Amino acid sequence: MSFAVARGREQSTISGNLDPALEHCQISARNFNFYYGKFHALKDINLDIYKNRVTAFIGPSGCGKSTLLRTFNRMYQLYPEQRAEGQLLMDGRNVLDRDIDLIDLRARVGMVFQKPTPFPMSIFENIAFGVSMHEKLPRGLMQERVEWALRKGAVWDEVKDKLNQSGMSLSGGQQQRLCIARCIAVKPDVILLDEPTSALDPISTARIEELITELKKDFTIAIVTHNMQQAARVSDYTAYMYLGELIEVGPTDGIFIKPKNKATEDYITGRFG
Amino acid sequence: MNLRARRKLINSTALMLSMTAMAFGLFWLLWILFEVLRLGVGGLSPDLFTKMTPPPGGDGGLLNAIAGSLVMVGLATFVGTPIGILAGIYLAEYGQRGWLGAVTRFINDILLSAPSIVIGLFVYAILVIQMKGFSGIAGVVALALLVIPVVVRTTENMLMLVPNSLREAAFALGAQKWKVICLVTARAARAGIVTGVLLAVARIAGETAPLLFTALSNQFWTINLLEPMANLPVTIFKFAMSPFVDWQRLAWAGVFLITMGVLALNIIARVLFKEEIKR
Repeated sequence: MSFAVARGREQSTISGNLDPALEHCQISARNFNFYYGKFHALKDINLDIYKNRVTAFIGPSGCGKSTLLRTFNRMYQLYPEQRAEGQLLMDGRNVLDRDIDLIDLRARVGMVFQKPTPFPMSIFENIAFGVSMHEKLPRGLMQERVEWALRKGAVWDEVKDKLNQSGMSLSGGQQQRLCIARCIAVKPDVILLDEPTSALDPISTARIEELITELKKDFTIAIVTHNMQQAARVSDYTAYMYLGELIEVGPTDGIFIKPKNKATEDYITGRFG
Repeated sequence: MNLRARRKLINSTALMLSMTAMAFGLFWLLWILFEVLRLGVGGLSPDLFTKMTPPPGGDGGLLNAIAGSLVMVGLATFVGTPIGILAGIYLAEYGQRGWLGAVTRFINDILLSAPSIVIGLFVYAILVIQMKGFSGIAGVVALALLVIPVVVRTTENMLMLVPNSLREAAFALGAQKWKVICLVTARAARAGIVTGVLLAVARIAGETAPLLFTALSNQFWTINLLEPMANLPVTIFKFAMSPFVDWQRLAWAGVFLITMGVLALNIIARVLFKEEIKR
């Protein structure tokens, strides 16, 4: 089976002992449905995302994994024809409630996109931008925060001498780590990664994967990926989605070694998808 | 003839046709530039920038016309640019779906392609007749009406070029919409927006028809906006049509000045836009 090649060595021993019953829930979806206009894109999703764990979403294109991720910070709300029903619970509150403050929500649930999106400003300002939306920090503290975030994002060594240069002058991999650092700087609880490495070369990808493993100590991470090996390498839990339905979810080892569902097995072993 | 040879033939024919078209366009452009240079340089002298427009046979320059043009074009840009940029931001960032945006866009397109003489007559009817006389301020209004649609259009287009992912990234950090626009999207489109303003300036710098009905002209020095105001295009019009050789020479010198000014603006706009794309 292909998982044997895919699986990282030390990872398997750690996540081999995962027991969902002992985990703390960060986000829980209950009877969650999502619509693009009339199109029913997500159907009755029930799912838990656990604290300080990496949850990977896999499945063929168009299965709704990015759509699901974009509901966690209510990104979909930028587009009036999109709507969600059901419950997305975080700390006992439904994220979909109308009286949820979107600015607070997005401070708690950060997001990094497929393509690096540095803002047209300096590296320093790129990081400070998000922080200044939520906190009023004096110059000195802001400098500390920027350095802290860049270190956490594993780009500090590469950018520390050019904080005043444009964020767009960096390489693709550096830009993406800058975006992760920008997200970290706001100190969220959850980081959503929407195919964060699909536009990057293998070396940059490896660095980001290392970073993800490092970051789960402090944050809860949900990652959408098209790369099955990547899901196997970085995630603790894996959710397989198909045509808007959640087919199977569980500890990554279980999903990759012994999927309960035939469809999951077919997808993972490459017979389909 | 085999397939490959035929394709090669089609390719070279198409290439030749487009080269011919380019040569045809360039030929007239270069001829115009050459004539402007040949006839305009003759009238260039320090007097041009230091003396007022002369009576026929007299000694003089274009100082009052140059100053009038600068004042009116400057003020029209100053008034029209913020209105145009704000309307463009509305269209790109707020009015993508609603009927108000669609209507605004449609009206702006009409305004954009309206002949400038229509604008001139309109301002004549609503301002010049009411104020019982031609005035610099009427000229400014007419020119501003020409600036606005150009700036609206380029601002909207440049903002639409900003990838949506950049907006989403800013929203995902918890930014409010106005902050996303001011700090991220408008900043990303900055060079394009400035280019649009420069092109608008280039467009109104040579407009004659709207000024003919509004600011008219003035033989003397004035920067009082309530009086008729001298300006290059109308002066050129008047002088070039006259039978006096020295007036005609001044007209060519004026043409030369406007052409060089517009050329410079276009080059600056291009360089600026390229620089920003590179960064």
